[in-house]
Order: sequence, then C-alpha cells, then structure tokens
Amino acid sequence: MSKKVGAPEALIVDGKRLDGRSPNEFRPINIEIGTLKRANGSAEFRFGNTYALAGVMGPRPFHPKALQDPQRSIVRVNYAMAPFSTKERSKPGKSRRSTEISKVINEALANVIFAEDYPRTGIDLFLVILQADASTRCAALNAASLALADAGVPIRDLVVSCSVGKVDGTLILDVAGLEDNFGDVDMAVATIANQDKIVLLQMDGIITKEEFMTLIDMAKKGCGQIYDMMKAKLYEKYVATPAEEGA
Amino acid sequence: MVTLKPSESYVRKLVEEKVRIDGRNFDQFREIKIETGVIENAEGSARVRIGNTMVIAGIKADVHEPYPDTPNEGFIVVDCEMVPFASPEYEPGPPSPESVELARVVDRGIRESGSINTEKLCLIPGELVWGIHIDLHVLDNDGNLIDAAALAAIAALLTAKLPLYDPDTKKAVYGKHGEKLPMKDRPVEVTIGKIGTTLMIDTNAEEEAALDARITIATNEDGNICAIQKGGNGYFTTNELEAAVDLAIAKGAELRAMLPSL
Amino acid sequence: MEQAMLLAKERQLVVPGEVLAKGFEWLPSAGCYRANNEIRAKQLGLVRIKERFIGVIPLAGVYVPRPGDGVIGVVNDIQPTFWIVDINSPYDSILQLGEAVGEYVDTTKTDISVYYDIGDVIYAKVMAVSRSKSVQLTMNDYRAKKLIGGRLMHITPSKVPRLIGREGSMIELIKNKTGCQIIVGQNGVVWLKGEKEALAAKAVLTIEAEAHTEGLTDRITKLLEEGV
Repeated sequence: MSKKVGAPEALIVDGKRLDGRSPNEFRPINIEIGTLKRANGSAEFRFGNTYALAGVMGPRPFHPKALQDPQRSIVRVNYAMAPFSTKERSKPGKSRRSTEISKVINEALANVIFAEDYPRTGIDLFLVILQADASTRCAALNAASLALADAGVPIRDLVVSCSVGKVDGTLILDVAGLEDNFGDVDMAVATIANQDKIVLLQMDGIITKEEFMTLIDMAKKGCGQIYDMMKAKLYEKYVATPAEEGA
Repeated sequence: MVTLKPSESYVRKLVEEKVRIDGRNFDQFREIKIETGVIENAEGSARVRIGNTMVIAGIKADVHEPYPDTPNEGFIVVDCEMVPFASPEYEPGPPSPESVELARVVDRGIRESGSINTEKLCLIPGELVWGIHIDLHVLDNDGNLIDAAALAAIAALLTAKLPLYDPDTKKAVYGKHGEKLPMKDRPVEVTIGKIGTTLMIDTNAEEEAALDARITIATNEDGNICAIQKGGNGYFTTNELEAAVDLAIAKGAELRAMLPSL
Repeated sequence: MEQAMLLAKERQLVVPGEVLAKGFEWLPSAGCYRANNEIRAKQLGLVRIKERFIGVIPLAGVYVPRPGDGVIGVVNDIQPTFWIVDINSPYDSILQLGEAVGEYVDTTKTDISVYYDIGDVIYAKVMAVSRSKSVQLTMNDYRAKKLIGGRLMHITPSKVPRLIGREGSMIELIKNKTGCQIIVGQNGVVWLKGEKEALAAKAVLTIEAEAHTEGLTDRITKLLEEGV
C-alpha cells in the first residue's frame, strides 16, 4: 500500500505503538458522572485526549405536540464537535458527519431505552466533543449511556463502545492520533454490556474475514473492560458521597 | 432539571427583606473556579465555574487575509454556543439573541480594552494576519453567564500560544506551539442585576427570573471602564448607575486577581 | 432448568442491567424487568425485596404521576371549565371545575380564575391517569388546599420517602426544629413557610444529597441544632 502524505515511517515499532501502547491496550480512560447541574443526567468520558460530554434532558414534554407518540417517548440524539476540539478549528453547526453519527448512536441506544415507560414525552441527548483525538463517537456513546443512567432513564443495560483497527498489518484496540489518519482500518463497535449484542458497527478499510472476526472479539473484550470501569464509577458516585460530606 | 418556574415573587419578597435566596451578600460572588489548559487541541482554553454555572472558552488561531480597514492588524472573532443541556429553555439550532448578545458583549470587553496587541498579529502587511477565534461553550446555566464567559475568554487568551507559521506554505502548523499571544491588558466584566431598588452581583438563575434590569460593565487593568451593556426590560437611575460602576470596579479587581498574570 | 436464585440484597446499590435474581419464582416490580429467566435492574438505585417481588428504588428520575399521589403544582393556564397545572413532571395535569369547587358555578357569568389564578400553588390529589399519561387532579381530599406565600423547592421524586422519614419522623424533626409549615408532594415539590425557611430549606437539600446514606437523621438533627 502506498504511503499517504505526512505519514510516519511506521505506526508500530518493536511491537509498540507511537504513544507507547501495546496493540491491545487502551489509552487512559477517565470517567466523571453528574458533572452538569441543570441537565437531568450527565457524564464525561475520555479516551486519552478524546473528551466527550453528554447531557440528558428529559423525559420532558415533546414539542411540537402533534408529533407526540401516545405510546412512547421520542429519543433524539444530537452529536456535535466544539469548534476548538480539533487542531484546525471546526465550523460550528451541523455537518453531514455529525448528522450520521447522531443517527447511529440513537439507533444503538434504541436497543436499551424503555421508551414505552414515558408516552408523549421526548428524551433529548446532547453529546459534545470538547476534544477530538479519534474514537469520538465511542466516547460520546459511553458518556451517553452513563448520562442516561444518571438521569434515571430506565434502560435494559449500559451500551458500551470502543474502536478497533489495523495499522501496519497489526490489529489494535482504541485507535488514536496518527493511527486514525494513516491506519488501514478503523472500526467503531458498541455492544450491550455483558451480552452478545452488537448495536453499532462502522468500519472503513480493507481486511480479511478472519481479521474482522478477531477485531470483533477484541472490541467485545475491550467493551467488557470499559463496562467494569463505568459500573465502578456509577457505584462510586453514590458511595463516595457520605465519606465526603461526613468529613 | 426543574420544570416548575422558580418563584419570581418569592425571590422579590426576599430581596425586599434584604436577603438573597442562597443567603449571600448582595456584593458577593459564588465560589469561582478557573482552570486553564483544559483542551490541548486549542491554542488556549479555560473552564470557568461560578457556582453551578460552567463555561468553556477555546482559542483557535488561523492565517487569514486582513480586513481592508486594518491591513496590518490581526483580528478577533467571538462566537457563543449555548449547549442545550445547559438549560431546559435552550433548543438546538441557530444562535439565539441571548447567545449573540453574550458573544458580542464579551467581544467588546476584549476588543475595546485593547487587551490584544493586534498589530503584533500581522504576518505579511496587507496580505496575511492571524485571526483569533474565541469560541465560548455554555455548559451549565445557573445565571451570570456573561461574567463567567468573559472570565473564561480572558483566562484562555492569557494562556494561549499561537501555532507556528510556515512561511513556505503560508499556513499555520498545528500541534506545535509558538509564541504567547501578545496580551496587553486583562479586562473583566461584572454584571450587576437589579430587583426592585436593590443592586446585586452574580445573579443565579432563580434571581435572573425575577430581574428588572442588568448592566454589564467591563473594566481594564487600570480600573477604567472599557465597555458597557444594559439589558432587561427595566431601567437604572443615575445614582444606581454610579453604584453599579463602583461595584464593577471593586469586584472586577477581585476577579482580575484570580487570573494568570500578563 | 436453572435453579432459582436471589443474587441481590435488600438496599444494595445496583446499576441498570445488573441481574438481581434468576428463575421464575421471583417477580419484577418497579425499576426492574424480566429478561428470560433473569430479573434485572433498569434504573440506578437501591434494591427492595418484598415477598416474591424485587424492585429498585431509583436514585434519580422525573416524576410520573400515579392515582392517589398528593402533589404540589402551579396553575399555568386557565380554560373556561378547567385549569392546567404544572406538577413538575413531563406530564401537565388537568383540574376540572367540578373537582375543584364544591358549589354550582355559572361559567357564563363567572371567570373561574376567581377560584384559582395563574401562578397559584395548590396541593392536590392525582385522581386518574390514562395509559398515555393524561392526568386528572382533584381537590376533593381533606389535605387538598391552596398554598399561600412560602417557598417552593424541588427534590428528586424518588427521595420523597426519605425526606418524610419513617412514619413522618424526618419531616416532623424539621418542622419542630424550625417551626416551619412544610408540605411534601410525591412529585418532589416541597412547600415551606415560616421564620426559619432558609434553615428548613438547607435541611431538605442535605437530605436530598445524602438520601442513600446511613446516619442521616443524626446529621440532620445536628444541622438543625447548629442553625438555631
């Protein structure tokens, strides 16, 4: 394969990636829950420098009234990148990319939200990428799951997401930095926690069927790791409080 | 989130008894937190919290043609996005009048104080200059957005570093930081709210629902006024204006003391 | 067939999706759902086990009206024969003239705002809720009344039982120590009136923040005594 302009000599040197990670290793993951006070629920999720913030508004009255569904809540997802999130300023407002990502995230979450519990209402999820360094839709989806839980919206389970890919012929977990621009394959995967149900899948690049199946397996295991962290953080939010306030 | 409207008459009644709903003094800010460098991809950034209000400012610089009337000077642009999770009243879509006003009031404080030496942002006279984008993201609205946004903007500017300029391609090289922005002043804005005949600073969302009028006064390092904006349906008397200016100067100095130095 | 098994303990903190029990001997109640032979949590909250029923008391969430609930609402619109009342919920509610006024009213001559006007605060009972969550209120209840003056606050609706306390112990504590009148709506709206409103409000907010913790009564007693 011919190298693209600006590509580094190699993306993997001595089995290590440019940021020093091994192929099957995440960047540092950072989770905060309930960071916003006026939203019904909120969460931050970071993969390294990728930084997503999610806020849930609702269930609340849905407008226009004529479009209310008497049997269920209407879930709307709005993914957007802050203008300062990228190295070159991104233009504010909707793009074709943000519209598509909003749609696939909405479809992934539709698997778990008990929309029938809140007829005639709307549940609005606003997802903001404050800093982008690949895997932004995965970070946004993880933040969205946690924000829904924080809002008390009934869900079947947490949806968990991570990216996998292929660079320099090596299969990797959690695509980042130059791997995103110059790798061979980038694939975003989301699963329902602890279940063999894949609810988001987007890939570009060329791989064999065997590699694809390996990547799916890596992504599922990765999602399992993230789920454990998400769950621990949810517990912590409610268990940490008394110690703090008792001091 | 609260769907019931805050009790406007209750706030008003308390103010008449010289009490604020959260127990503060009328010239007292809520707790203020300023964090800079929160977004590495930005040339400069700051997250400011005043009580539950939270605003992020991010600075991006790019190479542009200068404006015809200032061929040898760089320029600034301030934009504001009120993220709809910041308040139940916000809707996605084009900027609301409130959002445009906020961006313009912050812009005036920075511009009119001459806080940025725009002549030093010239790359090729008459041809290329740095354009500085200041993007404000309102993340949580519990009142007093203007002061929080202005504080975030100046904190981000004070810690910002320009990207490198590549004379061959005439483009910016991102990811490598060059010089600090040429900053000359540290303007801050203080908004004074009025309920009945009482003036107060740092109004929260419940107080803002009961507000008759507000006035934002930007002051510079020397304690002079550099921009003013009156808002709200009510009015200010001359005596109230004088009191508001005194508050803005005194409280502005408190805010400035929390900022990084020039 | 797998053996029936209870996996969760009473008052255990669980996250959505967590398996609370296996087997068909257990039944899901509020905050839970059945997935094949498992009962799982659907909200973040505390497990509640009552005989064969397993439920989760959520730690967050909006108020969904149920018949019989006492709620505090604000009148936000008036129609010729009914009022629309905001009850801090995704669902507005309707108060029909006949459910509000015990006398004959000639609506051709009387504007019903003489009874309840826009902005008035009422404590009412939820009379009926349709499947699509259309809500009817009634004032035909000994507790129902217009609330005049005072201050409104909001807490998470699921924390209302904690604020009230066992047989009303917590709310009585606040009333005694502050001398305030206090009414708590099942919808998470709290009405306070009295000299020490600010102290009472502080106690309410502390209970809201620490509802899931142990030793809350002692901390609230201390807070109220220090504030006196």
